[in-house]
Amino acid sequence: METITLTIDGRTITAAPGQSILEVAEANGIRIPTLCHLEGLSDVGACRLCIVEVAGQLVPSCTTQAVDGADIKTQTDTIKVHRRMILELLFAEGNHVCSFCASSGGCELQDLACELEMHSVTVPYSYPRNRIDATHPWFLIDRDRCVLCGRCVRTCAEVEGAHTWGFAERGSSARVITDLAADWGEAESCTSCGKCVEVCPTGAIVLKGASNAEMRKDSDLVARLTERRDHE
Amino acid sequence: MEKQVHIEPVTRIEGHAKITVFLDDVGDVKDTQFHVTELRGFEQFCEGRTLWEMPGLTARICGICPVSHILASAKATDAILAVRIPKTGEMLRRLMNLGQFIQSHALSFFYLSAPDFLLGWDSDPALRNVVGLVQANPDLARKGVRLRAFGQEVISRLGGKRIHPSWAVPGGVNAPLTQEDHQWFLENLPECKDTILETIDLFKSSFDCEARGVLGEFTSMYMGLVAPGGKWEHYEGLIRIVEQDGTVVVDGHDPSRYFDIIHEASEPWTYLKFPHYVPRGYPDGMYRVGPLGRVNVCENFGTPEADAALEEFRTTISRCSGKVFDYHYTRLLEILASIERMEVLLADERILDTRIRAEAGINELEGVGIHEAPRGTLIHHYVVDENGIIEKANFIVSTGHNNLAMNMAVNQIAKMYISKGNVTEGILNRIEGGIRAYDPCLSCSVHAVGQMPIDLSIVDADGQLQRRITQD
Repeated sequence: METITLTIDGRTITAAPGQSILEVAEANGIRIPTLCHLEGLSDVGACRLCIVEVAGQLVPSCTTQAVDGADIKTQTDTIKVHRRMILELLFAEGNHVCSFCASSGGCELQDLACELEMHSVTVPYSYPRNRIDATHPWFLIDRDRCVLCGRCVRTCAEVEGAHTWGFAERGSSARVITDLAADWGEAESCTSCGKCVEVCPTGAIVLKGASNAEMRKDSDLVARLTERRDHE
Repeated sequence: MEKQVHIEPVTRIEGHAKITVFLDDVGDVKDTQFHVTELRGFEQFCEGRTLWEMPGLTARICGICPVSHILASAKATDAILAVRIPKTGEMLRRLMNLGQFIQSHALSFFYLSAPDFLLGWDSDPALRNVVGLVQANPDLARKGVRLRAFGQEVISRLGGKRIHPSWAVPGGVNAPLTQEDHQWFLENLPECKDTILETIDLFKSSFDCEARGVLGEFTSMYMGLVAPGGKWEHYEGLIRIVEQDGTVVVDGHDPSRYFDIIHEASEPWTYLKFPHYVPRGYPDGMYRVGPLGRVNVCENFGTPEADAALEEFRTTISRCSGKVFDYHYTRLLEILASIERMEVLLADERILDTRIRAEAGINELEGVGIHEAPRGTLIHHYVVDENGIIEKANFIVSTGHNNLAMNMAVNQIAKMYISKGNVTEGILNRIEGGIRAYDPCLSCSVHAVGQMPIDLSIVDADGQLQRRITQD
């Protein structure tokens, strides 16, 4: 079997060609923070939190292939500063108020804030006011808590095959939508499978009826489903 | 020349406030105003949120009495789900509310107020606090601290944390009582009862009926929830309002129809609104809530030792006390009643049942949740759309109900202790004490939003309008 050799944080590591830097790092127990990445889904490099340094360049490790002889750094001061700024921008772009959020205590964004030691947000908040869409009988989406990771969009397309979720508009107006921006309760393509709830890393998509800190998600669901399919 | 005396900030209360005393030409008190100077905005920013977030969201109104808001909110959401919550769920919510009564009342009495009257109104301000109390009476201070800690521990063990426990939810609670915690409560209740009985004895021996007039006495109505038969109630019950002489004005009023009898007035000089009894108008419809209000409206506590203590209290007064200082007395009585109610709840084996939550969708579009918070009747009122999104929220909090009375208390004490321009530190502290007796929580009570409409009129001695400044 063909292999490549590279170094991550000074460690010499052997990997298979075609693996992403993130895959190689995870296989070797090296922690790189991620948000839009989810095992079982394609990678899109949307959030940029998994940036690493390769030959002086910052690149997303989830969408960058590991190549033979590469010298990769995952924890330099520069990376830390940029990761924290990316995280601050995510917080500032939404209304991520943990105190009454259903996902508090089970939120990947909250966990990242702890891991990256983001003690405060140094950029101005934008305080968006999107309407909560609670028209679906079982689920709801609060777009002010959405980080546009696209995990719902990819899960709906790649795993469920329903293609209910998609993106609309660009820049600061970008948002996830159901069908052609119909209310979720009116989205005919939705199978109500609930996978989008399980993969959403924050309190944006949650079960109706979940109160403060009650929402616990099964984000490994997609990995388990896709692995079983691969064995069929 | 007219002179104004400002007391700012008013200390040892929850929140920020300012008092202005207006003196006339010879230095006597002409008028007083108790200003609440904080602005919150909760009613406004609840709009658009989901029903299921409301207990957690409204808990953040206050770090002192979050439990009260969580429970009132959960009751309002129960009404919108249109469910009767499981018996154990109700018993556990009651247990937490009693824990809240104990910790909040103990905080008010031992930490905030006792330094005034146990160390002396005119004692050194630097020592007139809980630290001074520890130096002067370490045994009492230690017991008071432990009593409050017990109440907090009840909240913490039931809800997972002391402040803002996310435990009461629409339809019930989300975690049952464990055997271990049940045992802990049973083991620690006797010490609490000993402490409160001892404190009541100390209080009675220190202050006879006359001494309890120190903070003034005036006539008002009183409001509170009572159980069938007029028994003291803190979680369910119907609204009762009585006159100063105990005559019943309103009885058996459905709490969800509170707006039939209570309206709120606004004044330009304070952010805190003035709830009043509608048929009497504003400001004549003044009523008082909280420990004194509840004790004055109820027939009895329904537990033996609290009833014996209540009987003794009532022998020193007529049917209802109008003394501001008796807020402290009745606060102690309520701690005793809470401890006895807890004993009853813990002796009922249903308290350990694990069926604690009813689940349902949106079955009503409007819901009111009312219960008794330590400081008085607390009202949460929500209107939702078909999907459970809040369209309107209204809160009338305990401190608001007492706003007219606090202004009255300040006015009366100022007139008792200030004359010919003679104002000393001890006198000012008594005025603050008049407010502190109500244990106001100003963080809770202010939730207006946006620019406050202001209509300021300056009127001369002849009643002629000299200048008017408006903003709307």
